[in-house]
Amino acid sequence: MIKAVMMMNTQGKPRLAKFYDFLPVEKQQELIRGVFSVLSSRPENVSNFLEIDSLFGPDSRLVYKHYATLYFVLVFDGSENELAMLDLIQVLVETLDKCFSNVCELDIVFNYSKMHTVLDEIVFGGQVLETRSDEVMKAVEEISKLEAASNSISLVPKSVSGWRGGR
Amino acid sequence: MEQLKTIGRELAMGSQGGFGQSKEFLDLVKSIGESRSKAEEDRIVLSEIDILKRKLLEPDVPKRKMKEYIIRLVYIEMLGHDASFGYIHAVKMTHDDNLLLKRTGYLAVTLFLDEDHDLIILIVNTIQKDLRSDNYLVVCAALNAVCRLINEETIPAVLPQVVDLLNHGKEAVRKKAIMALHRFHRKSPSSVSHLVSNFRRKLCDSDPGVMGATLCPLFDLISEDVASYKDLVSSFVGILKQVTERKLPKSYDYHQMPAPFIQIKLLKIMALLSSGDKSASEMMYMVLGDLFRKCDSSTNIGNAILYECIRCISCIIPSPKLLEDAAEAISKFLKSDSHNLKYMGIDGLGRLIKISSDIAEQHQLAVIDCLEDPDDTLKRKTFELLYKMTKSSNVEVIVDRMIDYMISINDNHYKTEIASRCVELAEQFAPSNQWFIQIMNKVFEHAGDLVNIKVAHNLMRLIAEGFGEDDDDADNKLRLSAVESYLQIISEPKLPSLFLQVISWVLGEYGTADGKYSASYISGKLCDVADAYSSDETVKGYAVTALMKIYAFEIASGRKVDVLPECQSLIEELLASHSTDLQQRAYELQALLALDARAVESILPLDASCEDIEVDKDLSFLNGYIQQAIESGAQPYVSERERSGGMFETTDYHSQDHHEVTSHALRFEAYELPKPSVPSQASTTALVPVPEPSYYSEPHQPISTSSSVSERESSEIKLRLDGVKQKWGRPSYQSSTSASSSTPPQAANGTSTHSDGGGVASSSSSKPRSSYESKKPEIDPEKQRLAASLFGGSSSSRSDRKSSSGGGHKPAKGTANKAATVPKENPIPVPDLLDFDEPTGTSDVAATDPFKELEGLMESSSQDGGGSTDVMGLYSTDASAPVKTTTSVDSLLSELSDSSRGTYHQSQTTKGPNSKEALEKDALIRQMGVNPTSQNPTLFKDLLG
Repeated sequence: MIKAVMMMNTQGKPRLAKFYDFLPVEKQQELIRGVFSVLSSRPENVSNFLEIDSLFGPDSRLVYKHYATLYFVLVFDGSENELAMLDLIQVLVETLDKCFSNVCELDIVFNYSKMHTVLDEIVFGGQVLETRSDEVMKAVEEISKLEAASNSISLVPKSVSGWRGGR
Repeated sequence: MEQLKTIGRELAMGSQGGFGQSKEFLDLVKSIGESRSKAEEDRIVLSEIDILKRKLLEPDVPKRKMKEYIIRLVYIEMLGHDASFGYIHAVKMTHDDNLLLKRTGYLAVTLFLDEDHDLIILIVNTIQKDLRSDNYLVVCAALNAVCRLINEETIPAVLPQVVDLLNHGKEAVRKKAIMALHRFHRKSPSSVSHLVSNFRRKLCDSDPGVMGATLCPLFDLISEDVASYKDLVSSFVGILKQVTERKLPKSYDYHQMPAPFIQIKLLKIMALLSSGDKSASEMMYMVLGDLFRKCDSSTNIGNAILYECIRCISCIIPSPKLLEDAAEAISKFLKSDSHNLKYMGIDGLGRLIKISSDIAEQHQLAVIDCLEDPDDTLKRKTFELLYKMTKSSNVEVIVDRMIDYMISINDNHYKTEIASRCVELAEQFAPSNQWFIQIMNKVFEHAGDLVNIKVAHNLMRLIAEGFGEDDDDADNKLRLSAVESYLQIISEPKLPSLFLQVISWVLGEYGTADGKYSASYISGKLCDVADAYSSDETVKGYAVTALMKIYAFEIASGRKVDVLPECQSLIEELLASHSTDLQQRAYELQALLALDARAVESILPLDASCEDIEVDKDLSFLNGYIQQAIESGAQPYVSERERSGGMFETTDYHSQDHHEVTSHALRFEAYELPKPSVPSQASTTALVPVPEPSYYSEPHQPISTSSSVSERESSEIKLRLDGVKQKWGRPSYQSSTSASSSTPPQAANGTSTHSDGGGVASSSSSKPRSSYESKKPEIDPEKQRLAASLFGGSSSSRSDRKSSSGGGHKPAKGTANKAATVPKENPIPVPDLLDFDEPTGTSDVAATDPFKELEGLMESSSQDGGGSTDVMGLYSTDASAPVKTTTSVDSLLSELSDSSRGTYHQSQTTKGPNSKEALEKDALIRQMGVNPTSQNPTLFKDLLG
């Protein structure tokens, strides 16, 4: 089971944090800080895996990937496969990239609710739900469309136009 | 620089409309990004909180504004500030009919609220309604909330709706309904136990995605109860086979692998089902063999599946061929340059080693490389592997390495773990006691306060008991060497408290026993300890008691005792100590110094720490006294059970106070006038410092109690004087056998433990191999020596072959590569019971077999998927898609990004843009806390990899 998904920038500012079991705000902050301090001390060109029992309890692993100014972090238990989790980050990033046509940190900060929509399509209640980024895109688009139609507030982010069929 | 700053700002502003957020939010994010310190950030956020509090209270906030406030609340809470003042508004928003607002509301409440929060009660009703909505997106949003917000008590309120949704027309809804049910099962298995069959049924859903989702709950269910799902083995094997044969629609491909996440889940499930089950394992042989051949080891996901196969093989009863395949996959992992794959390889090795223990030998050099790798994660994994493969022949090398590593790290959590592993290995495999003591010294020295106190007790016991055989000479040598090593260590600064306790005890007990060191020398050292660690009362207590023993042994042997001046001043200081324990010890020491040799000898006999203490539970020695008391009118003792019973007695039972004891029962008449109790042995009882509560009424009495009882029996004045001694005495005996029994007797006096160790290896290890030959000084490279000592492999022909197959780039000699000679092309060596080529192969599982239905459905859907293949194919072949996107660059920055796009292509392996401008720009943007993409074309270079 996946315990948490986090995105933070290279200065340790959280950009998105989702914990699949409820944790009080202070605890969340503590974990985010803990994870960041571990990540920032990792040299380059080492593995993307960490055993992180000291923060998340026994049998916790962490997979992270560093993209430009962002760390993407997944925390999970022994019932998941590390390499597959690494690919799940890839799926998430690919999807975001399609969604925001060339995603950047700014997109993630300002499209908070959309980020969660995407994430919820991929990981649901701590389990991997969907790994086809096209499917995720379809679902997200449909939501956006309906949301736009359901009221006069036009809030379709720039994103959707960025995804063009089978580029 | 200044110009760049404005560009960044303009960009941020320019995209404002696109982000659909107001300027206030933008400013908030930006000012937080620019803040230089946590304090500054906090100040900004606090003022934002004030603003929001005020705005939320305004009447008639427009809904659209409200939505933004809620998002700002979420943002604030993510930064670690309390946003609870706005929770109620998020709850209200879930009631809105507008989909956008409703979804925002749900998002906020799932992030804010815990499932037991008081506000949940206000949402349950809305969730119920939304689960029945015609709009499937509303249903999905509600299901999402269900996962997070429904607790055990509210499950029944939504359960019927969720179950209905299992048959919803949209597959997205069905998937989420399954997941929600799975979540219910995790939270409260009893509430959905009657619905478990739904998961089985959904395994043959018409949509492969739904089937894939069903595997999650099934994995949990099967890991709880393997037996009742054995019938599904053939179905799972069939599904996996179809997936690998690309019977699923092409859209399920990921990096050219067919539905890899489903494959991995299936392999996990099958590992559970076939663990220790020969017939189930056999059903899987063929599909596993296929996977090894088909998996593309050049992609990450292909390797993920290979690793999962290895894991699966380590759980089932594998065929020799599969083991070979797994070993080969592992060697590929280990030879890879990627740290991730090396990690997986080491992990796989650790799993397979349980089945075939010689597999590690092939990779000894690769393992040693990993041990010396700068990557900490890999290092730890390798230590885990070494821990698993430790035996008496290689324990010294492994434990030495572990200790070196332990010294080098700062992470207390892991330090504790590795220290306890060192201790465990040392206790289990120690070639000699001397070695054991040395290792313990190191562990204590460097991880002292992290070590379990039991370890210290074991060590002291070992020193006291020696081998448990009648070889006094060896025992004395051992003690002497311990004393010597401690005298060396003792002057080092800042030793851990626990270690000092051990040192003090050993010095007190055996410091002067050999006659090598004089009493004044040892006592000087002990005084130094008490002095240097004056804030640690426990250490001081140990030191004083040790001093007392030293002087006692001196007095007993008839020598004249000169108390050192510093010792005298220490005693005087402690006589006035705030700690009663220390005071007590100091007084005892003072009293002891005044006694004559005969008395002292009976108080503290030499080397008596191991003597068995017989506990007289009935306290028969008090009989006379009791008799006397009864004769003079006291009431006889009534046992606790006979008295009220139930009430726990905490008052102490003093032998002298039997009147008291009898009066403990509930009495309703007035108390008698206090009789002046005249304890006949007033002087001795004064020495009883802390009376143990009710020691003979408790069946499981604390150990220290029993010893003090018997002391009292043997000699009144001895009371508590050497409590320390007794503490380490007999009570902790049992576990000692593990350490000493595994140690061969001849290793006792051996300082050169190598030859001994070899002897142990050949006798105790399952693989007869003379492991220490290679340890002799050779001209071999050091690594090879280390390898040999670790893996014990060295009958020369064997090691040659193994090492060459282990790592080709290593200075290996042999050319005959065993792995290579195994015909890899050999298709299916193991005949299988099931004929998988036949589409109806599973028909023997009866017509109700869910898999059969699924098979048909998948066939048809794969044809349906044909139409979309073009699109997918297009997408998948165009690997440079993300690069393309970088061409959509803001004209302002086209030059910049052109240059960095160049870098992008040139240096795929480096992180971040190379060109100076790009770096500067990057730094600037980072400073702002935000980072518009078009400026940073390397952001997703990994995507291309």
